[in-house]
Amino acid sequence: MTVKSTNPQGALGVETVGMTMRFGGFTALDHVSVGVAPGSFHALLGENGAGKSTLVKCMMGFYHASEGQLMVGGHEVEVPDPRAAHALGLGMVYQHFTLVPSLTAAENLVISRGDTPQVIDWRAESENLRAFMAKMPFSVPLDQPVRALAAGEKQKLEILKQLYLGRKFLILDEPTSVLTLEEADEVLGHVRSLCEAGQISVLMITHKFREVTAYADEVSVLRRGKLVGAGKVADLSHADMAAMMMGDQAPAAPADRAGQSGAPVLSVSGARALDRSGLKDVTIDALNVREREIVGIAGISGNGQMEFMEILTGQRPVKAGSIVVNGTSYHATREEARINCVRYLPEEPLHNACAPKMSVTENIAFRSFDMNGSGTRFWLSNSEMRCRAAELVEAFKVKTASLDSQMASLSGGNVQRAVLARELTGEVDLLIISNPCFGLDFSAVAEIRARIMDARNKGAAVLLMSEDLDEILELADRVLVMSEGRIAYECRADEADVATIGHHMGGHA
Amino acid sequence: MADQPLTGGGTGVFAADGWQAALARRSEAVLIPLGALLAGFLVFSLFLLILGKSPAEFFALVYKAGFGTWFSWQNTLSRTAPLLFAALCVALPARLGLVVIGGEGAIVLGGVMAGGLAGAITGLPGPLAIPLLALTGGLAGAAWIGAVGALRHYRGVNETIASLLMAYIAIALMNHLVEGPLRDPASLNKPSTAPLADHLRIGDMPGMDVHWGLAVGIVCCLLSWVLIERTTWGFAARVAGGNVRAAQVQGLPVGRLIVGFTALGGAFAGLAGAFEVAAVHGSANGSLATGYGYTGILIAFLARHNPLALIPVAILLAGFEASSGLVQRRMGLPDATTLVLQGFVFIAILLSDTLYGRLRIFAPERWGRG
Repeated sequence: MTVKSTNPQGALGVETVGMTMRFGGFTALDHVSVGVAPGSFHALLGENGAGKSTLVKCMMGFYHASEGQLMVGGHEVEVPDPRAAHALGLGMVYQHFTLVPSLTAAENLVISRGDTPQVIDWRAESENLRAFMAKMPFSVPLDQPVRALAAGEKQKLEILKQLYLGRKFLILDEPTSVLTLEEADEVLGHVRSLCEAGQISVLMITHKFREVTAYADEVSVLRRGKLVGAGKVADLSHADMAAMMMGDQAPAAPADRAGQSGAPVLSVSGARALDRSGLKDVTIDALNVREREIVGIAGISGNGQMEFMEILTGQRPVKAGSIVVNGTSYHATREEARINCVRYLPEEPLHNACAPKMSVTENIAFRSFDMNGSGTRFWLSNSEMRCRAAELVEAFKVKTASLDSQMASLSGGNVQRAVLARELTGEVDLLIISNPCFGLDFSAVAEIRARIMDARNKGAAVLLMSEDLDEILELADRVLVMSEGRIAYECRADEADVATIGHHMGGHA
Repeated sequence: MADQPLTGGGTGVFAADGWQAALARRSEAVLIPLGALLAGFLVFSLFLLILGKSPAEFFALVYKAGFGTWFSWQNTLSRTAPLLFAALCVALPARLGLVVIGGEGAIVLGGVMAGGLAGAITGLPGPLAIPLLALTGGLAGAAWIGAVGALRHYRGVNETIASLLMAYIAIALMNHLVEGPLRDPASLNKPSTAPLADHLRIGDMPGMDVHWGLAVGIVCCLLSWVLIERTTWGFAARVAGGNVRAAQVQGLPVGRLIVGFTALGGAFAGLAGAFEVAAVHGSANGSLATGYGYTGILIAFLARHNPLALIPVAILLAGFEASSGLVQRRMGLPDATTLVLQGFVFIAILLSDTLYGRLRIFAPERWGRG
């Protein structure tokens, strides 16, 4: 694809040619060529881990590509660091705000400039800013502290900041993820008009097909680090985009699945809690997980999965609704978890399920240290803890230098093995899992999935939340899709249609 | 980090087991604070040199006045008791990851409550009344610092700031009580509660000029160590201190642990106040707020919040306090010199915190690697 260099109003054309990025043996980006014409609005679609962030980080100079070139305005350029990218007129707007909340919009704009003098002449600066704002198609109040602005206003200010800094090519990294629908439409509408006026070109990372159709001219789709599709938005339907994003993937050969699902173990009805922003609710209207069944919850991260996990572990207060395990009301106390054999595998186990500075022995004892047979105990038994740790480390092949080593000294795969050893030993009625294989290598992934399937075959009810759709399709008996804090879709795994699931993950029901 | 095979192949054989590895792990917790202590002394020596004083003379005097004779040992040990209690008030919450620095408030409040009660129960025999005084002091301290823990857990109030500010409130409360409702009209130039009846006073241990507070303090340290290292409650507290999210996922009662451990620490500090009143001053007055609570912070940090290690560290710091009078007279240094020394040592201790896990000699996991 050849891209015209610039247009008269200054918007830059930017193109990657055969961009490749390898991290050790892992290829995150495989010969990706994406061209953004001057003044166009280009969308970059893909699942989590498809390589979108890697691509833009290479363009912005955060990473140095292993192979391939970056063309800016028709010339090949070197971008050793983000500062060089800025000098070329490339700017980036992040998912989360990078403004100083206690400063006003004007102050934020002025300090963002690299050449701010030691003593700032505020009168001259504010005149300049007013003149600048007058030329812009939209504006924000300049003299209010940024923390008083709504999320949409903040995002507009982020974009204005890029224009103020003279950027002619903007990368927007999921710019609407913290905005309401109306705010998103307003912000993207303004961006679109800037593109049409030829002032900037835009490359926007997104998961939302709706935004692509409504605002973008062209789209490129990444999957597993490869460019798998590209074209004019006008020529593509949502179904086409979903198919490209998910690929024509057949679910991986499922691990051996044995036995029929039985009675419900976990029932959630009408459970409602505030999400992490404190502004919206996460609501689970009705969810059942039966024994000998894996229910997979798919979805893009940040759609309420973390909050749902915290509701189930008792870390997030519930405003309404009920959670029932084995027929009785459940509040995630230690005693209830013990009686009902409920086990948790939170994501990032070192961060959420371990004490990094305690020893491997102690970490493995977290669930059982106060158990003495079927009763509880007051005096700790260090010898029993040690025996148990030695047995489990052996059985689950946890590689550790010593049982006394700090948990933090283990590799990611071995931390997860140690946590699995702790949680999967003994009878398990209900297993609640979040992203169990995130960041692990292939061999560890296969082993951990096999253990989860094994727990299911032994009779456990398993609730699996994962951002990896392949993982869900491989393991689950039933697939749910979570979007915008709700369960948006449900189907049986053997009847699952990837495009339909992708459709619902993209928030387009 | 890639998964590297570190096991020796056989069952139960680990690359970093054995006595060298065990020794290395244990010595980290001893040698780093010791190094920090020496670094603090070194900086303090420079400070003395700048003042034109001799560091050698200073440390010789400290040795002489704090540890040189049986007489100086007794002086040091009498000052050790309140320091042990005050340090426990920092060390126990610290195992849950809380930095409580307001033990002074619990000491003062425990003292004034015990002093006030003593006037009301002069009719009771000593063996009954004295435990009652100790209990009252302990409960007052427990309520005070337990409230700090409750504020922390249920309302998200920073425990460090809350405990510090509550110490000022406690001191103001004591001043109000000893100058107002509880004041003994006979105490003219130093407002105090009525002097304790003789049979309510706590005496010295046999054969020495050191009151029973020292023995009780040491026993409390031992019991605290057992609680933390040998009971399931202590283990649960260590899990919550190590990672509160992991403790919540395991269903551990984090709120109860926080309130319980802060209250226990406060009870020890309150006990210190009761001992100061019943064994040292004979009545509750402004002398209760002499900074034991703040020295206790330094002791707890130097001892890495290990209740057993508190004992030697408290004796060392008590020796410095015991010698300050002699240092003042002989070297012409002001009373605040001891505070300067404590300040330098404290900064060194806080800096040394960044060294844990960094030094390869203490990490047997990294011995074999490049």
